[in-house]
Amino acid sequence: MAFPLFLLRFKRRDFSMNKSWWKVLTVALLLYACIGGFLLPVPALPALQETIRNLYFHVCMWFGMMILFTISLVHSIRYLRTFDLKYDIYARQYAIVGILFGVLGYATGIIWMSYTWADPNNPAFESFGALAREPKLIGAAIALLIYFAYLVLRDSIGDLDKKARISAVYNIFAYAMLFPSIWILPRLLPSLHPGGEGNPALNFSDIDADMRMVFYPAVLGWTLLGVWITTLSIRIRLLQEKKMLPI
Amino acid sequence: MAVQNVDPKVWNGLFWVIQLFICINAVAKSFLQESRGRMLYFYSIASPVHFILAKLLFNSLLILVMAALSLLLFALFLGNPVTQTWNFVGLVFLGGWSLSLVFTFLAAIAAKAQQNAAIMAVLGFPLIIPQLLLLMQLSNSVFREGMSVHLESVLLLVALDLMIILLSVILFPFLWKD
Repeated sequence: MAFPLFLLRFKRRDFSMNKSWWKVLTVALLLYACIGGFLLPVPALPALQETIRNLYFHVCMWFGMMILFTISLVHSIRYLRTFDLKYDIYARQYAIVGILFGVLGYATGIIWMSYTWADPNNPAFESFGALAREPKLIGAAIALLIYFAYLVLRDSIGDLDKKARISAVYNIFAYAMLFPSIWILPRLLPSLHPGGEGNPALNFSDIDADMRMVFYPAVLGWTLLGVWITTLSIRIRLLQEKKMLPI
Repeated sequence: MAVQNVDPKVWNGLFWVIQLFICINAVAKSFLQESRGRMLYFYSIASPVHFILAKLLFNSLLILVMAALSLLLFALFLGNPVTQTWNFVGLVFLGGWSLSLVFTFLAAIAAKAQQNAAIMAVLGFPLIIPQLLLLMQLSNSVFREGMSVHLESVLLLVALDLMIILLSVILFPFLWKD
């Protein structure tokens, strides 16, 4: 549970984009997650068997997406407090990479599904209707739609200051509405995902000790990769914007 | 007027979708038809908090009236499968109120961004889905005799609405400066 708080410390102090220690850490963590993920032992659950290894990729993508959206929110708030346009650029880029991670989460979910829920020979097979009503799929779709709408909103405004202000307000409003929705939806619809109540991945008793060893470093690694990609895109964007601003 | 009796689930789904469209149009009209001159006038005489609270209140009342009207028309044209009438009426008012709150704030955002009603629908649609799903599920339970309304879902909706009001009041001043 202390993990997300640990990340908050890094958000407050501007992540030095040019330092390399955390990039080396990212590569090391991801190598460990990928190699260990495939070689280390996992509990053999019925119907899931070895596909449970996708946990290190699929669930990490969603975690990464939520963390990146949270960082985007923090920068939107910082923009509204200081009216410094660079925070607006940060917020936008974090939202974009968050969307990327969300799409990857869907992709890894599809791969996983093709071995379990969509495989007619598998005992966990579900009809298309049941899949379409899956609350986590709907929740993830809502999150992605919200951030696509955020990008549409940004493009519809011309003036830079107005764009930054309005999109920051929408970012905060939408994020605050997103979290209750993600919490409400599983209570409304029966879920095919494991861990029906609460947050299974954060609950210590719900995830096997073997998997925990790879899972937590994997979450950190994928998140840091997302941050790395974002910092690069921020630097490109800042250079582009400098050409447009009359400084 | 052909009064056909429709399957309750279809009636329910249709009702809430129509409510959604009513809300988008009604709220869009109320915000987006303010001319620039009038907005400048409001800017000079009122504080943003008062303005947004007034808009929220007005739109809530407007949608309550619209919801009552549409309920009447639905009962007239499609038959009335509702059994626990007062529960359903309460639910309709709660749902209308929730929708109006979200769309009022989004109309405020859309008003600053090129005055386009379409952008409001684009922004609002993903935000409103969980509330609509919750309302549909709650109202399904009032179609059968003897099933009681899930009190905690109702409280959840009310809590969500209060949070929206709070957020609108906090965030609107940033939109106000023009």
